[in-house]
Amino acid sequence: MASTHALASGMGGMRTAGDLVARMQITRGMRLPQAKQHVADKLGCTVLDLSDTIAMHDLRRDFGLGRIQVQDLTYPDEPGAIEAKFHIAETLGVPVNSVECFKRHTAPKRGAR
Amino acid sequence: MQRIPTRLGDGSLAEMTRAELEADLHAGVEIAVRRAKVDPLTDDEIAHLLDIFTSPAKFSAVDYGDEVVLSFDGAGNADIDSPVMEQILYQNHHGADSVELWHHDYSYKAVRTVLSFQAQMMKEAQLQTVVPLNYGAMPDLGRYSQPDGPAPNWSQLLPLGKIDEARQAQEEAIGHLEHDMLVVAETMIAAGADGLDFDTAGAAGDADLLATLHVVRQIRDRWPDIGVEVGQAAELVLGMHGELEYEGRRLAGMWPLEQLRAVTAAGATIFGPAVNVNTTKSLAWNTARACTLVKPVTAEATIPVHMNAGMGVGGVPMSPYPPADATSRASRALVDILKLDGL
Repeated sequence: MASTHALASGMGGMRTAGDLVARMQITRGMRLPQAKQHVADKLGCTVLDLSDTIAMHDLRRDFGLGRIQVQDLTYPDEPGAIEAKFHIAETLGVPVNSVECFKRHTAPKRGAR
Repeated sequence: MQRIPTRLGDGSLAEMTRAELEADLHAGVEIAVRRAKVDPLTDDEIAHLLDIFTSPAKFSAVDYGDEVVLSFDGAGNADIDSPVMEQILYQNHHGADSVELWHHDYSYKAVRTVLSFQAQMMKEAQLQTVVPLNYGAMPDLGRYSQPDGPAPNWSQLLPLGKIDEARQAQEEAIGHLEHDMLVVAETMIAAGADGLDFDTAGAAGDADLLATLHVVRQIRDRWPDIGVEVGQAAELVLGMHGELEYEGRRLAGMWPLEQLRAVTAAGATIFGPAVNVNTTKSLAWNTARACTLVKPVTAEATIPVHMNAGMGVGGVPMSPYPPADATSRASRALVDILKLDGL
């Protein structure tokens, strides 16, 4: 059922910009057209590009937004999951909770001085 | 007369003529109009649904550019015994736009007993996922009634005519439920969660929904950037208490549009209307009814609307393995007719 919905009506998640649009809905409560336009403006692409795996594959590389490893492609020199979320927060202009937690946890502690 | 393969609400295959399918679409619209006092679908909308349900294709999909966000409540199948890995699988293999960590006993009361372990999973999962990762469970107010919980059992009191006692019991349970939901929210947010999902809100009636709304308000006030999704249990809020109100509006008897208004007022960022499936009616009847009930919601909403479209809701058959031909038709029909923000 999950795959059926994804193919029938889903944006495509990390294959495209689905997760970025979702983040604007979750964090800012934006309705779909507004959320898509916001992401397209930030990436400098069209709204149609957001659901295009080919267009987004390159854009995700350019912005460091994370890409899915597949059999023939790995990205050891590109941002990993939590690293990519730093770029997502900066690119979209919204705080990402796990990134804020990461910053707090990796900040220098008084005991280490 | 050509008979077209289609499905009933239980997922079983049925063959119907074009005229029978069209009649079922009209009947589904009419019952929604009569019960919820909403406007009917337009002729063009019914004609579009007829095109979807009379197509001989095994699969149906929205037009290019009309794709919506899939929030994937309860992401993962629990079949590989690795909840964190299942989030990654849904992200990488199912095209999930967001995912949700959850516990097998999908209830905030149950989660409280294993909260530290669930929160540790959230922390680990956040390091390994890119898409938004929420935590979700059911409010599930009934868990707080005896013998499982501390409050007197209102389902036993009501048949005895002890209305006041039943109401007091639910009001007592609300306090316990709100406390548990808030503690889980606080802990999950500290572990990095992007948002909280209150799934099947109102399953135990108006008191269940009221507790949820109170907690949503507290989350919004304390953590303004954290997402909150409220998914309803059904199209109509049951009046197990009957007198409870949120911001001056009685909760019992609320249809999806009034549910949206209450959820929006509480500060949620995503609303998930639910319309249950009648297993003996056709998929066309069920989808037409669901579209009619929810159309006023998307017309008025100021927050994203992610309609529930899982097994037994939103026109998707009540089956552990909903057929792809049926699910894809329901998925497309809901998005096309309702202009949804997501599913």
